[in-house]
Formats: sequence, structure tokens, C-alpha cells
Amino acid sequence: MPQKPVANFDEMFDADGAVRPAYANFCSWFDEQDPNWLRRKNAEAERFFRRTGITFNVYGDDAGEERLIPFDMIPRIITAAEWRKLTRGIEQRVRALNAFLQDLYHRQEIVRSGRFPRRLLEHNEAFLPQMVGFTPPGGIYTHIVGIDLVRTGPEEFMVLEDNARTPSGVSYMLENRETMMAMFPELFTRVSVAPVQDYPRRLARSLAACAPSRTSGRPTVAVLTPGIYNSAYFEHAFLADQMGAELVEGSDLQVIDGRVAMRTTRGYQPVDVLYRRVDDEYLDPLTFNPNSVLGVPGIMDVYRSGGITIANAPGTGIADDKAIYSFMPEIVEFYTGEKPILQNVPTWRCAEPEALKYVLDNLKDLVVKEVHGSGGYGMLIGPTSSKKELETFEKKLRARPDNYIAQPTLALSTSPIFTKAGLAPRHVDLRPFVLVSPNGIDITPGGLTRVALKKGSLVVNSSQGGGTKDSWVLED
Amino acid sequence: MLGRTANGVFWMFRYLERAENIARLLDAGFRLALTRGPGEASVEWQSVLTTIGQNSEYRARHDDYQGQSVTNWILRDKDNPGSVLNMIEMARSNARAVRTALTREVWEATNESWMVLRELLARPVRASTLGEVLTAVRRQATLVRGAMDGTMLRNEIFNFARIGTFIERADSTARIIDVKYYVLLPSVSLVGSSLDNAQWEMVLRSVSGERAYRWLHSGAMDARGIASFLILDERFPRSLASCYNKVRSNMVGLAREYGHESHAHELLRNTGTRLHSANIDDIIEQGLHQFIGDFIAENRKVAAAIATDYRFTG
Repeated sequence: MPQKPVANFDEMFDADGAVRPAYANFCSWFDEQDPNWLRRKNAEAERFFRRTGITFNVYGDDAGEERLIPFDMIPRIITAAEWRKLTRGIEQRVRALNAFLQDLYHRQEIVRSGRFPRRLLEHNEAFLPQMVGFTPPGGIYTHIVGIDLVRTGPEEFMVLEDNARTPSGVSYMLENRETMMAMFPELFTRVSVAPVQDYPRRLARSLAACAPSRTSGRPTVAVLTPGIYNSAYFEHAFLADQMGAELVEGSDLQVIDGRVAMRTTRGYQPVDVLYRRVDDEYLDPLTFNPNSVLGVPGIMDVYRSGGITIANAPGTGIADDKAIYSFMPEIVEFYTGEKPILQNVPTWRCAEPEALKYVLDNLKDLVVKEVHGSGGYGMLIGPTSSKKELETFEKKLRARPDNYIAQPTLALSTSPIFTKAGLAPRHVDLRPFVLVSPNGIDITPGGLTRVALKKGSLVVNSSQGGGTKDSWVLED
Repeated sequence: MLGRTANGVFWMFRYLERAENIARLLDAGFRLALTRGPGEASVEWQSVLTTIGQNSEYRARHDDYQGQSVTNWILRDKDNPGSVLNMIEMARSNARAVRTALTREVWEATNESWMVLRELLARPVRASTLGEVLTAVRRQATLVRGAMDGTMLRNEIFNFARIGTFIERADSTARIIDVKYYVLLPSVSLVGSSLDNAQWEMVLRSVSGERAYRWLHSGAMDARGIASFLILDERFPRSLASCYNKVRSNMVGLAREYGHESHAHELLRNTGTRLHSANIDDIIEQGLHQFIGDFIAENRKVAAAIATDYRFTG
């Protein structure tokens, strides 16, 4: 093992270059392996992904072109103690998110109490008036949440983003583990890793538990995909397959006798729970974007009359808006009465004049993000941007300050990746997946570790050249 | 299952079968062209194009029937929506769309076929590599079929896949007979002429039936025997009768699973009865060409009725 001390927190090595206890078993195995054999295995992993078709489509490239998300075979390892703490923090946060959504679409106590500004709801497209006064089946808004965590020190995990709409990437969590187990079976006899494989079963159970109260017998669950050209199509098919649910497109669905029904070879059959991977805007052309062909005309009426569960509920996007993110500490405290266990990354809301001034004065040291953006598009990373890029962004900021938030450039933790020249540290984040049902909050031990493959890069998004790693939670 | 999924599975297997059948036909055409002068070769290539219904599209872009240009047109030309490469891409794209209906092994075999053939067909195919490419097409289709046979539940999904396969195969065999019907007519054949022998070989080869036929007839060939073999011999897996046995047994599977028959079952019964009650002398007497033309039309109707009865599209 090369032992290079690094400035930021490294997941594998401590400041003196010694292997951290969490990685001890893995590293002793790794050191015993022939480097040439490991290099061959590394190449094999890519072929494995191609053959199984675990690809994603990149928008803007050749239509339908499929790419692989690069896979790095060095796992990211989390100890059982670290995981327990994360779990508590995530649970608290997700409970608060659901309470917040319930409140926003009903009495808005948090606004009345003065802890949350009304202006963030006004003119916010993610806030859906159609949801006001309506309670989804079981009172659940965010059936599936992905919480993006970053780490800056031994005890310092922070939430970078709450993905409350349709978080993706869980199929990579599962396939990365499959790949590791197929490539290095003996490794799993030397290290006790908490299993993730039952996620689809947990998802199916959790979704079924959210079925409308009028459902009799086993609920029919379907996954709604925009189709094979969607960037996450592989995942949609994968999850439907693993859950034994139908994978439907908008054209398969129709409202019949007050129910949403899918066209089967035997005629139309009602759907009880729709796990939709289609954005709110496209869900119902009668209610939202009239040009949408991805959704189901009339589904919102069925929804509001209790005929179907939509997961996640329409209108949850308001909770993962980046401007609202900055209020999460207040939101957690307001609804749980507890101090947040997981911290937020300090955030300047550019809509506020003093914050904007600070951001403009310190642009070269900050990361600036669009309030509604995702996937790493439209963001500025101050320290790595040219003077010209900074100037262009300054203009954008002045023109529409309320469209941006800014955060300090964090010293994100690194985790080594496998390169031809040996191990090399790269920045990582972690997205655990959280399931919410009336039966409780269920967090699968692990998640998706995204890794920036370029040296020094802080951008881990797959659409921006990031890769993934298997994420291990050790068992006690 | 979803109507769209049934449609996707049905066509996925039609496309795969079509790619494979075209490969066989090309292989047979290539052999015949090799052993004949350029004039006859050109006639043969034209007949291959006619069989797969691509002659006029080909003529719109080419002045003559050079082996190189015909094979590349059929295998990989971007302007040809019916190219083998496009069939494989559509089969794979359908497989992606119905991913949840397939086992992992069937999906991977299909995906791998696409990767292998896309690579092989990335550059123009020369006479020296044509054999290898055609073998690869057949082998990949065989892999998918094998994965299917070994891993798929025998349910409606399997039924739709098999019905697609055999509707397509019957269509392909019938088209081959349709284009070559004149060499299968006893009245015009000069017994034992080398032209007839070569043509008969070509027809048998294009359905990979030369070995089976020789085995059944101890090497003796005649037009009537070959026609009977291709149309009526239930033991030969590419004969019309055999294909329809398979279509029927899978339709019976559907009826059992759904608890009732559909309009398609009725149509199928008529076509099946006609095939099974026929003997080759009657067929030839009443007109081989007419018989085959009727069969192709009926086969198409059966496919259309299945699509309607099982709600393939909205």
C-alpha cells in the first residue's frame, strides 16, 4: 500500500499514512493480490457492465448513445458505529422532511411561526397548488429518498442535498455489490459486509404498505418510466424486474372508471401503487404540462379521490429545492423538537442582499449552484474556474440572484481508486437510500458512493464524468 | 402482462428470426453465385433481394447486382431499414423495452449478440469474411434461443416469443418457395440437369435443410420431394407444417392460460387445417404459387389477429 498523507480526510489512510481500522481486513487482502491480476480484473469489470447492459444515456450526445458509469473496484468502507450515527441522523431528517411537506400543503405552521419565509413558496414551480389540502395515502410524501452526504473529517458528515423527488442510482448500489461479489468472492469471506441485496424486496414491501386504503388483497405495483431513451431507464427496468412489478409507460395507462389502469393482454387492470420515475411536470397533461406524452391524463383526479398511490407524491420537489435546503436545520428542529444530528453545509442564499454581496466578493472560493438544478449542470466551482468563467457567472448572479445559492468549497474526503499506477486518492460522496412507509423508515446499509475520477475534482456526478464504488457498511 | 410487452417480445423474436433467416439465405446465395458465371450470379442476387422484399429499394440505389454491394446492402447499409444489423438493433431495443419479461440470461445473450454483430458489421464485409459474419449471425441467434429454452418460464411471455419466432419462420420459408416456385415444379424441370440440382441445393441450403433432406431421401433429389419437404414435413423445423404446429401449440398455451380462445385461434385453425389436409400432388395441381401466396396472406392475418386480440397496441 502506498502511504501518502493527504491534506483532506482520507477514508482509507490516516494523517500518518497508516491504514484506518475499517480498511484493515480489506487492505491485508489487497496487499496479497498480484497487481497484474488486479489490473486484469479491473478491465473485466467494464466488460461485465457492458454485457449486462448497465448503462445510462447522456442527454445531448448522439441519440440513444449508452455509456457506462465507470466502476472503481476499491470499496468505500463505513464502520458499524459510523453507520449507526448516520442512520439516526438520516431518520431524523427524513421524518422532518415528511412533516414539513405535510405542513406546507396544509396549515403552513412553519410559515406562521416565522421560521420559514413565505416568499420561498410563492412563484416556486416545485410547490404544487393541486396538493394543497390533500393528504397522500398513509400520509407519506417521500416514499424513496436519497440523502447525499459528504465527509470532511472523522466525525464530520454533512448533508449536501436531499433528493426527495425521484432519487436515482440505487441500481448501481446493487450492481456494484454483485460485481464485487462475482469478481472477488473470497474477499467477502474475509470481511463481514452488511448485505444490500434485499433492497428491491424492501422497496416492494414499503410501496405496498402505502397502497390506498380501499385496496383489497395484494396491491398491484407498477413502475412508470419515460421509456428506453431516459438516462435512468436501466434502473427503472432493473427495479421493476427485481420487484416483480410491471414496467409501464404513459401509453400503457389510462383512467377507466375512476382508476388508473394498465393495458394488459387481458384488458385493462387497475394499478394501486405507481412508483413513477417521471417528473411532476409530465405526470398529467390535464393538470400540468399539457404537451406531456409521458404521463397519464386524469391521474391527478384519481389520486385526489384516493384511487392510487403515487410515489413519490407530486409536489415533494419543494423539499429538495436548494434554497429550501438552507433552512433544513430550522425545519428539523421545528418538527422534531431536536437538534439536527447531521449538519448542513453552510449555505448563502443569494436572494438575500448581504449573502449576495459576500458571494460576489468571494466567488473564486465558493461553489455556486442553481436553486432548481441537478446533475451538476449549471454550477460554478470557484477555485477551478477561469477568470472569464467567474466574470460570466458574476453577471448571471447579478441578473437573477434568487436563482442561486453558494457554499464553501469543502475539503471533501477522499477514497483511493485503482489506477494503473496504483492507488490514488479521489473525492467521494455517499448517497444512502431511504424508504418511508406507515410502518417506518427503512435505510439499507450502504448506498451509492460516487467518486470524482479526475485528480482534485470535486464533481462526482455521473453526467460529469464521475464514477461509482461499492459501499460497504461493516457488521459488528 | 402488458399488451406493449407482448408486442415487444413477439417482435423481438421476429426480428431475431428474420436476421437469422436472411443470413441463411445470403449464405446459400453466396455459394450459388460463387459456382456460376457473373450473369447467373446476378440473377441469383436479385432473387435473394426479392425473397426478402428489398429488391426495389436496392435498385433505387444500385445499378447492378454485384455480390459485394448486395451483401453489404442486406447486412449493414444504413439506408436499409431491413438490414440484418438493423434487425439485431431492433431486437435488442425491444429486449431493453421488455427487459422485465426476460430472464437475465436471455437479455445478456441478446445484448451480447448486438455487441458482437455491431462490431463485425462496423466495416464493409468482404467475400473473405462473409462466411464468418453469417456464421456469427446464426450463432448469436442460436445463443438467444438457447438461453430462452433453458431459462424462461413456460408462460404467456414464452408463448408470445415462440409465436413470433414461428410466424416469422413460416413467412420466411414461404417467401423462399414463392420466389423459387418454378424450380420446384416437376413439369418444367429437366430431370437431373445441373441447373436444377444447383437450384435445389440453394433452396435447401437457405433453410439449412440439405442434410435433413438427403438423409430422408438417401441423396436423391426431385422437385416434388423438396416442395413436399418444405411445406408438409412436420419433422423438419423450418417447414410450414412444423412452424404451424409450433404456432398452434403456443396458441393452445395462451388459450389455456387465459381460459378462452380468441379470433386468432379461429383463423389459425383454418390455416392449420389447410396445411394438414393437403398433399403435395393436390397442391401442385391446384397451383403451387397460388397455394404459397394464400399461405403468406393467411399467415399475415393470423399475426394481425393476435396483435388485436391481445391488445398489442392501444
